[in-house]
Amino acid sequence: MRILDPHIHMTSRTTDDYRAMRAAGVRCVVEPSFWLGQPRTGVGSFTDYFDTLLGWEPYRAARFGIAHHCALALNPKEANDPRCAGVLDVLPRYLAKDSVVAVGEIGFDSGTAAEEKAFALQLALAAEHGLPALVHTPHRDKAAGTRRSLALVEESGLDPALVLLDHLNEVTVDQVAGSGCWLGFSVYPDTKMTPERVVRVLERYGTERMLVNSAADWGHSDPLLTAATGRAMLAAGFTEDDVDQVLWRNPVSFYGQSGRLRPELPDVLEAATHEGNSIARGGS
Amino acid sequence: MTAPVPVPAPALLTSSLEAGPDRASAAWLHDALRRLAADPGALAVLFPAAGRACGHRRLPEPPPGAEGWTAADAARALLLLAVPAADGQRLAEAEACYRYGDAAERVAVLRALPLLGVGDGAVGLVEDALRTHDTRLLAAAVGPYARRHLDQALWRDAVLKCLFTGVPLSAVADLHERADRELRVMLTALVREREAAGRPAPPEALALLTPADVASHRPVTLRGKE
Repeated sequence: MRILDPHIHMTSRTTDDYRAMRAAGVRCVVEPSFWLGQPRTGVGSFTDYFDTLLGWEPYRAARFGIAHHCALALNPKEANDPRCAGVLDVLPRYLAKDSVVAVGEIGFDSGTAAEEKAFALQLALAAEHGLPALVHTPHRDKAAGTRRSLALVEESGLDPALVLLDHLNEVTVDQVAGSGCWLGFSVYPDTKMTPERVVRVLERYGTERMLVNSAADWGHSDPLLTAATGRAMLAAGFTEDDVDQVLWRNPVSFYGQSGRLRPELPDVLEAATHEGNSIARGGS
Repeated sequence: MTAPVPVPAPALLTSSLEAGPDRASAAWLHDALRRLAADPGALAVLFPAAGRACGHRRLPEPPPGAEGWTAADAARALLLLAVPAADGQRLAEAEACYRYGDAAERVAVLRALPLLGVGDGAVGLVEDALRTHDTRLLAAAVGPYARRHLDQALWRDAVLKCLFTGVPLSAVADLHERADRELRVMLTALVREREAAGRPAPPEALALLTPADVASHRPVTLRGKE
């Protein structure tokens, strides 16, 4: 089983997770920028975080044989804090980076006017930079928030094929299924979706444009639930090829639209391991 | 004594890009330099884009001093050299490219430093890279620019950090010329600590020690109750 986890917050995870993920078939991850549990109070802590997603985290992932990319954005929750608004001014500089494969996570949290403004502006940035957009649908008032998100995407003029609506469930899948956008399902131990529920959605709606992610972060979550979903698909009668489509080819196609995705480890690593200088070596 | 590490000549970097199998890199650079001349602010976009345009493969025929450089490293060095050095402009742009750069861009800035004619003004970037734990940055930080400008105490610590993180000491410019007695004392202590832990001492550390250092080395014995 080869897996690209299209949404996972590895800065919150341990090296044991990286090892277990690689053993379970995860070859590539996309880490969207989001909030950290503790709210940030200024632009500097965002840029340090972006630097981590562009520097240290890919380095850490490569040590475990996993290619790491990211999506960058001002997230909806912190879009409400005026002290963080300056993130939108520095964002274009970061969206030019090699390993940035999308703008995200953008979308709604509480559904405020400030969120809508940041959401629309960042959809425009995605169009300007030729990048896909990863849209977080809200936890609270999800169905209404998903409808508003689809409306905003339509207004933006961004090709729906460049948009992934994430954290969908049985209630919201129907509105997105005919929109031309990609559909993301986050599989969690307790909340969001379970592997079995994702399988039922796939049985009903098919495997095209469907993405499954662990969205693992600092909360109760599990980076191996992508693989568990693949196994649940096989147990329900899906073929190996169906599993490969959902867990690998679909996310490769979606983020590949950036022209920057290198789903297997890049030459940089080969160069670094050349001449006996292996970056996989541990410290002292 | 070995010859000092050479600094790659800009003209040779250009010709090595042109000699590469991918003709598009040289064409992209030519166009990028034209854009930069017309709009100095374009560097913020051109510097990261050089990675995608020129690629992260090593230069097939690197000029002396650019061994291990990628095509993107060469293009990025040439972009920085195109910024006028007057009034600290080039230094300011190099600092911004590093500050907002991903790991590959930071490596490119560090590699380019000895070419830029910025004196010791960029030593802060080397110090920043040495505070990381990323071996790509560490290896690029201990090159010829650090050889010339980095404070001796920090330089010694950088050599030790290379040994601790697995960066080969061949990355350290003019290692043997700059290695001093204090460094050898630190290396002797490292060897002692490793032996006490029952782990092998790094062969590269042992290779730097003189017979006198080895003679001064006493094995560690634990003192238990009499």
